[in-house]
Parts: sequence; structure tokens; C-alpha cells
Amino acid sequence: MEKFSLGSENLDLRIRIAELERELADYRSGAVANSTTNGHATHGLDGEDEEDEEEEELPTPEDQDDKAVRLDLDEFRRYGRQMIMTEVGLDGQLQLKRSKVLLIGAGGLGCPAAAYLAGAGIGTIGIVDHDLVEPSNLHRQIMHTVEKVGHPKVKSIISSLKRINPNPKYIAHNYALTPENSIETLGKYDLVLDCTDSPQTRYMISDACVLLGKPLVSASALRSDGQLVVLNNPPGEGPCYRCVFPKPPPPESVLSCGEGGVLGPVVGAMGVLMSTEALKVLLSKADKKKRRKPAHLSPDIRPADAKDAPKKEESLEQKKFYMTIYSAFSDTPFRTIRMFGKRKTCQACSPVATITKESMRNGSLDYVAFCGGKGSGKYPPLTKDEVINVEEYSKLRQNKEGGLLIDVRDDVQFGICALENSISKKFGLNRLPLA
Amino acid sequence: MSADTIPITIELAGGLELLFDNEKKFNIDLPTKTKDGNAANINYLVDHLCVHHMKDTRRDMFEINGTVRAGILVLINDADWELEGEGEYELQPKDTILFVSTLHGG
Ligand SMILES: [Zn+2]
Repeated sequence: MEKFSLGSENLDLRIRIAELERELADYRSGAVANSTTNGHATHGLDGEDEEDEEEEELPTPEDQDDKAVRLDLDEFRRYGRQMIMTEVGLDGQLQLKRSKVLLIGAGGLGCPAAAYLAGAGIGTIGIVDHDLVEPSNLHRQIMHTVEKVGHPKVKSIISSLKRINPNPKYIAHNYALTPENSIETLGKYDLVLDCTDSPQTRYMISDACVLLGKPLVSASALRSDGQLVVLNNPPGEGPCYRCVFPKPPPPESVLSCGEGGVLGPVVGAMGVLMSTEALKVLLSKADKKKRRKPAHLSPDIRPADAKDAPKKEESLEQKKFYMTIYSAFSDTPFRTIRMFGKRKTCQACSPVATITKESMRNGSLDYVAFCGGKGSGKYPPLTKDEVINVEEYSKLRQNKEGGLLIDVRDDVQFGICALENSISKKFGLNRLPLA
Repeated sequence: MSADTIPITIELAGGLELLFDNEKKFNIDLPTKTKDGNAANINYLVDHLCVHHMKDTRRDMFEINGTVRAGILVLINDADWELEGEGEYELQPKDTILFVSTLHGG
């Protein structure tokens, strides 16, 4: 059966390609005036010059859905390898073209995720980041290159993405996401990818997605480990970030990639998996009437409006939620673990939720404080008098007033470089909070 | 094999292995009963790990208020411990308990 149906879909595609080739010939001969092709495929590859992109307004989701989306011949050629898959098909590809995806973070997760989403032909890709490219990013943030060091990450990633696929509309959000601007920023998109690197942004993005009814693909990585989970999917039914992690971790236990280190391909793998999950979420919305059900959609996760869908409560009962964890140096690197699911007392997504769009917009929600803030751990932050900078210390040492130098970093860091005559005495994960 | 202990496998991920001298996986024989004669549950296991296996001196990176701290997922045979009764879950022979620290980097 599979073979038959795949064959017939293939045939449909060939017929469509033939049709389009005729249209193209007509077009070239001038028979069709003012064709409706969507102009932006002709921009070419010189991404550098298109600095004005971010000023463009996104159409509201309503406008976009009604507009007939078609593929031109180049797009059939470009996407053919994925379109002939049962899970995609013509309707799936059209659905991807209609879709608007927002990636928050253009770093180790955002770079590979964006590359595959751009390649797959998502219609609109927005990227939020306020950082500049640094040399220490290059070992893992594969869309940034040496000549982009010092440039805004959003500009750098978009110019790289255009080289992969000039068709999508790229929107640069060159600012930091805040509670005040998150509703506005996320509201224009269909799906959000959390590619950020701190607990407070993760809670904030999840809250905004719940309030806006957007599914959220969330992943993280540190050292040789990664975690991946799809949240608020379908919106209102799946658990949110707060359901999975109701209490934030103590601040002294939180390490960024800069502090704890990270292996490039580990965070890269998580970013690639995020793009797969994003495509699955988007494809599940394609028009089911015109094609067979994708294999990954079991009956219990069809949207509630499908005709023969089970009653909502039943489907919730059956539905299980999973997280994928990756531990690169483990004997079993990939594992899928079953999660508790939606929480009846969740502050964001339950009937007793207290978080509202208004409380986000007016900035009354303090995510930094919720996550314990900086230096609010059990050790009081060091005062200015207790800190010495390297130049001052160097002078003291030259005058033989350097005292006893104890290096509390771990063995690896001590091994990479250490000051002469220092004594290594590692101090756990060695985080001394600075004021 | 003694009936006084339960053989279980401990796994650590997400950086928690650093508290245990970089051991990602090890087997332990957990006493069947606590000092007070109660069946060994996850909270007891957490204390047992802190006392007998943890090498880092900062116990509060693993345990707070008699159970694992916030930001650590506990998986009992690959299922969230909340599906199994959390800290009250009584350990069975050959259980695999995985502790994963939640990650935030990207
Ligand atoms: Zn929730």
C-alpha cells in the first residue's frame, strides 16, 4: 500500500511540475503579464546589502491564511526530496510556506535549527538576538563566520540563511526579549523555538507562548548533555515549561555555556532536533483532506476539530508527554523519558493561572527575581574591596607582595593555564558570585 | 545476595556526575529499611547518596529539605518520578534511578 500511494503522489508531483514548466515557458514568452509569483526569490545572494529587512511589517496570521500559496518550479526542484515523503507531500510543503516561525537566540541551538528550517522552505523566519558575534561563538554557532565577528548576530545569521535559501522572508529582531515586548514579538508567529541560554528567558518565553496559544519547541545544552521538549502542543493541551519545572533551580547551580563549557556538535545536535520537531508541529496542521495522515500523527493527537477525534478528555487521558535527553559520553546517549504532563496548579497554563498578557506587558512579572537573581545565592556577593584585577595583582607580585595564591578552578582549567607558584585547590564547581 | 539490601543502578546526567567524581553510572546496594524501619524510598536514597557516594562537599547542590533540590529531574526507570509517587516511591530491586540536572545553555 505504501508503495502505491507514494507512487501516485509522485505522479501528482510530476504532473504539477509539467504544468509549471508550461507556465514558465508562457511566462518567459511574455504571454502572462504580471504573474503573481512572490518576488523575493529574485533578491540574489548578496545578503549584506539588505539591511532594511527588519522594518518590514508581518502580515497578520489571518491575511496570510486566506492567501493562496503556490510553489513555483524552482521550489518544486528545491523541495522535491522532502516533498515526495509521505509525511510532507504538496500540502505539507504549502503549509511550511504559509508558516511563520520565530527563533529566539541565534547561538549554538539557533544556528543549526534556523539552517534546516530555512532549507525546508518555511515562509517566514524571524530571529531575536541582541548579541554581537564573538570569536568564542565560532566553534558551535555554525551560521556565523570569521568575517562576521563584531557584527550583530541577527544580521550575520540572516545573511548566511539567505545563502542556503533566498526564498523565505527573514525578519531580524535585533533586541533582547523582555516581558514587556515578548507578547508583541511572539504574537505574529505560528511557532516559537526557544534557543536561549538562561532560566529566566525560558520561563518568560513559555509564559508568552501559553498566553498566545503558540506551540513551543525548547532545547538546551551544556558540556556533553542536551535536553529537548515540545511544550504547549497542541496549545492548551500540552504541558508548559512551568508544568515541567514548577520551581526554578537555585541560581548557584545554573551554568551557562561560557561558564560550564559546551561541545559544539552536542548543542548542534539539539538544534537540529529542534528543527525536526518544529517541522512535525507545522506539518500536523497541513490540510488532512488532501493527503493521507502523516505516519507520526497517531489518532489521539489530532486536533480537536477533526471529525472523528476522540472527546477531549479521553485524548488527554491517553496522551503522554516525553522529553529527549542526550548525554554524548554515556553508553546510551539518547533516551526518551516520560514526563508528568500538565499540572493542575500551573501558574501559567492551568485554570488557576495567575499570569496574564497584561502582567507581562506592564512588566510587573520579574523573571530575574523569580529565578533568584544574580548573586543571590547562599554566599553573599564579593564587594569591590575583596576583588583585585590582574594588573594590580601583577604589580603586587612584582613587588613580592603577591601572598599565597590559591587557584580554586577545576583541574582542567588549571591545566590549560595557571599562574606561576599558584596552588591548585579546586572548589567544587567554583562559582564565587561577583557583585 | 542479602535480602537486607536492594541492588539498584544510579545514573547521573546534566552535570550532576561532577558531584560524584565524574561517575555517570554505578550500582549500589541500598539498605532495604531505614534506621526507623521504614521501606527505603527515593528520599532515603537521596540521603544515602549524599552520605556514601557524593564527593563534592556541597550537599545543597543535590539535596534540599530532605529531597532533591529544584532543577533536578528524577526518573524512575525512565519515567518522571511524579508519575510514581515522587520521594515516597519505594525502591524495587534492579530499579534504575536517573538524576538529571536541567540545562539552560544554548
Ligand atoms: Zn503549565
